[in-house]
Amino acid sequence: MSGTFVGMPAFPEAAAEALRNAQLRTNLAHATGTIRAKRLAVVGEVEGWEDLRRAGAAIKDEVLLHLDEHLVELERNLQAAGATVHWARDAAEACRIVSGIARSHRVEEVLKIKSMVTQEIGLNEALAADGIAAWETDLAELIVQLGDDLPSHILVPAIHRNRAEIREIFLREMGGVGRPAPADLTDDPARLAEAARLHLREKFLRAKVAVSGANFAVADSGALVVVESEGNGRMCLTLPEVLISVVGIEKVVPTWSDLEVFLQLLPRSSTGERMNPYTSTWTGVVPGDGPQEVHVVLLDNGRTRALADEVGRQALRCIRCSACLNVCPVYERTGGHAYGSVYPGPIGAILNPLLQGPGHDEQTDSLPYASTLCGACFEACPVLIDIPSILVDLRAQVVDARRGGVPGGEALAMKAAARTLGSARKVRRAERIAGLVGRLDLRGRRLPGPGKGWTRERDLPQPAREPFRAWWKRTGGRG
Amino acid sequence: MSPGESSGTNPARDAVLAAVRRALAGTDRAPRAARHRPAAGRPADVDLFVERVRDYRAEVVRCRPDEVAGSVGSALTGVAGVVVPEGLGFDVDGALVDDGLGARELDAIEGVVTLAAAAVAETGTIVLTHGPGQGRRALSLVPDLHVCVVAAEQVLADVPAAIEAVAGQPVTTWISGPSATSDIELIRVEGVHGPRRLVVVLVEPRS
Amino acid sequence: MTRVALLVTCLNDALYPETGRNVVRLLRRLGVEVDFPEAQTCCAQPMINTGYLDEAVPVVRTFVEAFAGYDAVVAPSGSCAGSVRHQHRLVAARSGDATLADRVAELSPRVYELSEFLVDVLGVVDVGAYFPHTVAYHPTCHSLRMLGVGDRPTRLLEAVRGLTLVDLPAAEQCCGFGGTFAVKNSEVSVAMGTDKVRQVQETGAEVLVAGDRSCLMHLGGLLGRQGSGIRALHLADVLAATEAGS
Repeated sequence: MSGTFVGMPAFPEAAAEALRNAQLRTNLAHATGTIRAKRLAVVGEVEGWEDLRRAGAAIKDEVLLHLDEHLVELERNLQAAGATVHWARDAAEACRIVSGIARSHRVEEVLKIKSMVTQEIGLNEALAADGIAAWETDLAELIVQLGDDLPSHILVPAIHRNRAEIREIFLREMGGVGRPAPADLTDDPARLAEAARLHLREKFLRAKVAVSGANFAVADSGALVVVESEGNGRMCLTLPEVLISVVGIEKVVPTWSDLEVFLQLLPRSSTGERMNPYTSTWTGVVPGDGPQEVHVVLLDNGRTRALADEVGRQALRCIRCSACLNVCPVYERTGGHAYGSVYPGPIGAILNPLLQGPGHDEQTDSLPYASTLCGACFEACPVLIDIPSILVDLRAQVVDARRGGVPGGEALAMKAAARTLGSARKVRRAERIAGLVGRLDLRGRRLPGPGKGWTRERDLPQPAREPFRAWWKRTGGRG
Repeated sequence: MSPGESSGTNPARDAVLAAVRRALAGTDRAPRAARHRPAAGRPADVDLFVERVRDYRAEVVRCRPDEVAGSVGSALTGVAGVVVPEGLGFDVDGALVDDGLGARELDAIEGVVTLAAAAVAETGTIVLTHGPGQGRRALSLVPDLHVCVVAAEQVLADVPAAIEAVAGQPVTTWISGPSATSDIELIRVEGVHGPRRLVVVLVEPRS
Repeated sequence: MTRVALLVTCLNDALYPETGRNVVRLLRRLGVEVDFPEAQTCCAQPMINTGYLDEAVPVVRTFVEAFAGYDAVVAPSGSCAGSVRHQHRLVAARSGDATLADRVAELSPRVYELSEFLVDVLGVVDVGAYFPHTVAYHPTCHSLRMLGVGDRPTRLLEAVRGLTLVDLPAAEQCCGFGGTFAVKNSEVSVAMGTDKVRQVQETGAEVLVAGDRSCLMHLGGLLGRQGSGIRALHLADVLAATEAGS
């Protein structure tokens, strides 16, 4: 199992489909535009932002290059603080562990804090198969869950839904799973948020088991960190008797003081705030305060595969801020569903192939090509992940994974181009042939075959009657 | 057996750690150069703290040490039921002192008064370490109004200073304004699950 | 600066020779005797960015042979200059040929995008051009973010007599070309380009200028199909223009 949604088409088809949804494009352009402006404003007021980014990248690199040592230290300190540490090689193993703990407490439901990693491993589905309901408590996740929908953004999973759609979902679905939405519910965002507050409050008050992820796991103290806005995280971390945190192994930071860097980078890059409303840190079991049974599941699920990739390894620095999504011109047009994974946008275009490997499936192999390599993501990334370079490297891996079979049209074209472009003499010959085409008027033409994608809405340029090199040969550059 | 070697009882652990080591085989794992930016060491600006707290649409009341009880009382006007932790250091009229109230009991109480461990001027954040006067975490979470008394000398310049100040604490909560969400069309709405109102009572010495 | 070579780019060679000729005219006017090494073909970026590294090896080999011995190589393309400076080493590493890697390392730093060469190497901002038109400038992504040319192109344009430079909203957002992206993801590419073209039209500019013919081919193709009347010109085309006509 993986973070890729089952049965999704490859990116170009899914993107083309998304582009036809005018409402979606309007919602996305508005939302990403708003958050971009907020981010720029709060990043601009930090003196030494570039130093902070470099510090964030360096800390994460240190973690990755000594990951085994930091994990062992984290485990030791978690255990010393009363937590039970579990290890999971893959999604199925992690789900089995969580479900086993929940079942040992004979509960029929668990509460969830929004977490990318539990979506990646398909925890809710696995728990449902074992007869346990997992209630999402983040507002956007609640909207997605009640609407039987898929998340489309790392930070704002329901970014594709507008207020009217949300009202309709709440009115239709809340009553079936708990306290119904008020009959006079309007589409005012404050009223919608209040409906969620009332609906979830009864669940918080009766909860026995909660499941979280963690934004950071501090090796030298065993502290876990959850960064949030709504307070649903604090509810889940505080009120239940049992807390299970599923933590990707790359979430480790070496020392408590490293948090000073990430607690500045994350909120400003993510929600465009100086600080998010709530950040909680806790170290194992805190006597007399909060859950008295604490489990931590350390998850691999492809991360060591990504770690072995020397170019792509830096993707594991990611702190899931979603700044790269918000600045991405492709994401802005297509939205998150087109990426077919819980990790959409530029980071998803590298993370999914890195976690799963090239040649895994058509959909994953299409993701490294879902970019113009414009570099806006690299510019915004708070931990300096060079996404364009990784995309290019992954494209080479995708191509290499397919070498040896029957070459497709693109591979044949590239081979032919390489032969031609290997020598100026062959280029001259090709240009003479193209020059004949240049005598045709191509304006307004729509071509079949490989030229179709270009010419549907764009004119083709006219090949020159006299290419530059012919002119130079004729005039010595003095024509 | 050295730390980190196989315990012989957890094949998943052994497999993950072995996979990490395989992934890094052949990589230069020498320690990196100094990676911390120098500490800023800037003086804290209390006025900036007030401005930044208000930016989150939280309320700030500034008062002198002998006015604390009165300011807190005013902030609680009309509030049905107030709970306080042990060790608050001043009296709150009619308040219940927390003795391990259950979640449902807390839910029936409208207001809570606590102290803080530190505050951050640059981000308008208050930090609780849940010691005496601050209460356990649920206390400052479930009631709908949180009145937090912060002394001016607790205000630190920036996040690094606050991280240092609360190092070693088993549990910390960083609060920047009332609970909020932007999950609907990215429009910020104050008040979801945490307290919908946050009042910071800032106690400044007589100059 | 004794020997300066023009990397005309395969696109300009075959489709936009006028832009190549304008670079030659511009540099001659500034006293630079630019040479065109006829052995050159392409920077290999189309192969590299599509993932065909083996196929890029002979093209990079041809590149280093063609430009060996020059003090500076000038390219009217941020994208091609960026590929040479940042990607040729990847191809050399792939080839396993240490000599090729050395030659790439030696040559790559001497490859300049046109505005870099004018402003940094020649030290000129006013190139003596005359272009009495309203211009919107699109800073192409590789110039802007891969090479970091910053405001060099707009400083050059602002010094052109008669030229009115208008502010292009969201100028730094990608036009949607992206090499083979324009074909592999043609719908998204067109959607991005359409937004860019609309923003250009809203400025009231007569001419859209950029430093990369590849992006201009895409935007010009959209402008042409829409019959907008806005011309898409390369920075070199504008900088080469003089009052006497060129």
